[in-house]
Amino acid sequence: MRYFDHMATNPLRPEVLDAMMPYLKEEFGNPMSLYALGQKSKKALEEARGQVAALIGAKPQEIIFTASGAEANNMAVRGLAMASKAKGSHIIVSKMEHHSVLNPARMLEKEGFAVTFLPVDKYGMVDPGALEKAITKETVLISVVHASPEVGTIEPVEEIGRIAKKHGVLFHTDAVASAGYLPVDVEALGVSALSLSAHEFYGPKGAGALYLKGGTRIVPLIYGGIQESGRRAGTENIPAIVGMGKAAELAKAGLAERAGKLARLRDRLVAGVLEGIGHVYYTGHPEHRLPGHASFCVEFIEGEAMLLMLAAKGIYAASGSACSSKALKASPVLLSMGISSQLAQGSIVFSLGTDNAEDDIEYAIREFPAVVKRLREISPYAGGWGGVKETGTCIPKN
Amino acid sequence: MYSEKLMDHFTNPRNVGDIPDADGVGEEGNPTCGDVMKISIKVQDGRIVDAKFRTFGCGAAIGVSSMVTEMVKGKTLEEALSITKEAVAEALDGLPPQKMHCSNLGADALKKAIEDYRNRQGAK
Repeated sequence: MRYFDHMATNPLRPEVLDAMMPYLKEEFGNPMSLYALGQKSKKALEEARGQVAALIGAKPQEIIFTASGAEANNMAVRGLAMASKAKGSHIIVSKMEHHSVLNPARMLEKEGFAVTFLPVDKYGMVDPGALEKAITKETVLISVVHASPEVGTIEPVEEIGRIAKKHGVLFHTDAVASAGYLPVDVEALGVSALSLSAHEFYGPKGAGALYLKGGTRIVPLIYGGIQESGRRAGTENIPAIVGMGKAAELAKAGLAERAGKLARLRDRLVAGVLEGIGHVYYTGHPEHRLPGHASFCVEFIEGEAMLLMLAAKGIYAASGSACSSKALKASPVLLSMGISSQLAQGSIVFSLGTDNAEDDIEYAIREFPAVVKRLREISPYAGGWGGVKETGTCIPKN
Repeated sequence: MYSEKLMDHFTNPRNVGDIPDADGVGEEGNPTCGDVMKISIKVQDGRIVDAKFRTFGCGAAIGVSSMVTEMVKGKTLEEALSITKEAVAEALDGLPPQKMHCSNLGADALKKAIEDYRNRQGAK
């Protein structure tokens, strides 16, 4: 197996599993309990909080554990907007955002908030000038992703942070795809809130975190007990949180070296794909992008078919094509970058990780062009799109 | 996700290509939305003696196209017209529900190819 889908999820690092094991077995106490068994869990919880805080240059008390990156995003968008309702009712989110930012924003829209969905350029980059122009007296929150898991583009978050500060607006960034790959420092980025997901940096599934700058008010998503200082009720998932802490500690160590290796492998993959395949587009920003991220649109063929043929050769990748999504809609991120919907059908994403070696890349460079060639032999468009016209709406065929 | 039979037709699709002197050609779908299938048929004495396809689309779309061209060979035009989407899906041991409509265009493309053949005959 050659696994190139590290934006989907990652395996646990063995050290992470070792750290978690006692809390899956004998150390089962509830951190709220006063006796020693509970207090051991409490200590483990606080140690993990410190480890996660250290990864992003935050204070431990600024970390709220959640069950996922999606929950952290939901909590930030909804919780910060609702807590600022008295001040204003306008929020700005970019068109590069994950569904877990976009959908809470749409929900707020239904509840009376005005939402600006900020356009991006052909590289998927937000224009800070355009963002500043979108700020009104009513604006209470800006949410822009740190780096896109779909096209790898790194957004100008520091600059947006300065603009947000200047206008006194809260600024949230989704760092789910970037933490562990890029330096993430909440002070340098100038954010009031930031989302993390453990399994994106070789931690367990079921653990995420929201950084919330000290003194920032938020409305909880989950009401109940006073866990996480009353901001997120529910008995803490101690094994997963301990795993997240350990994974954060490991992600921080040797980050620059790891990113350098991934970027070298990625550059080789990109060069090989662009050389070996005609009519292929490298999507996202060519330089300002995640180190292990290579995304393409291959003309005249469809992404899901590519994924299946690659999988048959033991190569696991991802696609933003309509056919590969459950919703049967092309990736809104690709469309927002001005990519035509028929070209978006040929989306393919390789996201590399620490388990990939040069041999994996050479294998992919050898096999991928053969898959494209085979599918183009089947495609009616091998000679070009011909008279295909972009249609505004797609009606389901019943 | 897909049945073994569908995966077989996707991995080793039958009847890929065009028939240069086809008697009828039908195309269904739109690449901006999803899948496109193009089916060419050769007709002799009211029977389909050859069928070939080209498809832009997902694994299901390619598997469906391959299966339809297999099912239709040797059939009379009337028999071919009675092939339903459901019958194609069944022949493939089923399709995932979300693929049932968008990728199951084989029967429609075939109908269009037969219509095209009949139009050409009428014009003669």
